[in-house]
Amino acid sequence: MNNQELESSNDGETPGDARDWKSGLAKALMGLAASVVLTLASFWAAGTHLVWGPGVPVLLAALAIGQMGVHLVFFLHISSGPEGTNTILALAFGVFVVALVVFGSLIIMANLDAGMVGMVGMDGLARMQR
Amino acid sequence: MTAATTTVAEIEIPISERGPSPRKVIVGYGFWLFLLSDIIVFSALFAAYAVLSGRTAGGPSGVQLFHRDNVLVETGCLLLSSFTCAMMSLAIEVRRRGLMVAGAVLTFALGAAFLWLELTEFAGMVARGAGPSRSAFLSAFFALVGMHGLHVSIGLCWLASMVAQVFTLGWRPMVIDRLACFSLFWHALDIVWIGVFTIVYLGAH
Repeated sequence: MNNQELESSNDGETPGDARDWKSGLAKALMGLAASVVLTLASFWAAGTHLVWGPGVPVLLAALAIGQMGVHLVFFLHISSGPEGTNTILALAFGVFVVALVVFGSLIIMANLDAGMVGMVGMDGLARMQR
Repeated sequence: MTAATTTVAEIEIPISERGPSPRKVIVGYGFWLFLLSDIIVFSALFAAYAVLSGRTAGGPSGVQLFHRDNVLVETGCLLLSSFTCAMMSLAIEVRRRGLMVAGAVLTFALGAAFLWLELTEFAGMVARGAGPSRSAFLSAFFALVGMHGLHVSIGLCWLASMVAQVFTLGWRPMVIDRLACFSLFWHALDIVWIGVFTIVYLGAH
C-alpha cells in the first residue's frame, strides 16, 4: 500500500490534502442543492396551472439548460481556466452539432410532413394503411 | 517557496511554450471528446423522438403511459448517485480506500435502483401492449430511453470492475485515470437524463 502510494506520487500524481477535500465537498454539495432545486422546479412547472400554458415548454427548456450548466460546472468541473480552453472549445462544437442534428431534423421533417400532397400528414397515411 | 516560483513561471511563460499538459488534463480531454461524440449519438435519438412523438398510430400516447412520480424517483436516484460519485472522486484524491468503496457502493446501489425502476416501467408498458413495435412513438421512446439505460448498465459494470482494480492494483496512475474517466462518464449520463426527463416525460402530450 505504501509502496504504491510512493509509486503514484513519483508519477506527478500527488494526493490532495484536507483543504482540497473541504472545498471539493462544498462544491459537490452546492451542485447537489442546485440540481435538486432545479429538478423540483421542472416537475412543478410541468404540472402547474399558474404558468401560462404555451410558456411551460420554454420554462422547462430554460430549467433543463440551467441544470445542465450546474452539472457541467459542479460535477464535470468545466472551467474557463487556461487548462479548460480546449474542453470548452470541444463542448461548443458538440453543442453546435447537437443543435444542427436536432433542429435540422425537426425542420426537415416538418417540411416533408407539410408537403405530403393530398394526405393529412403522416397520420393520414397511417390511417390509409390500416 | 517552490509554489511561489511555479506561479511566477506560469504567468511569464505563454501557455503554448509550457510543454505538455499534465496527464490528468490530457486523459480528461480525450475522454471528454468521446463523451461529446456519445452525446451526439443521443442527439440523433432525441431528434427521432421529437419527430415521432406524436405518431401514436392509434395506440397509447405519452400522457397515458408515463407516471411522473416514478420519473421523479428515478431522477432523484441519478442525482444522488452523481453526488456520491463526486464524493468517490474526492476520496480518490486523498487516497482513502474505505471512503472510495463506500462512495462506489452507494453510486452502484442508486444506479441499480434507477435501472430497476426503468425496467419495471418498460415491462409494465410491454404488458399493456405498448411495446416498441406498437407505434413509431413507442419505437423512438424505447430507443432513446433504452439507450440511456444501456449506458447506465455499462456504467455499473465499469464501476464494479474499477472497485476490483483498486483492490488488486492499488492506487496506480492507470487506475486513477480510469476512475476519473468513469466519474466523467457517470456525470455525462446524468446530463443526458436531464434531456430525457424534460423532453420525454415532462414534455409528454
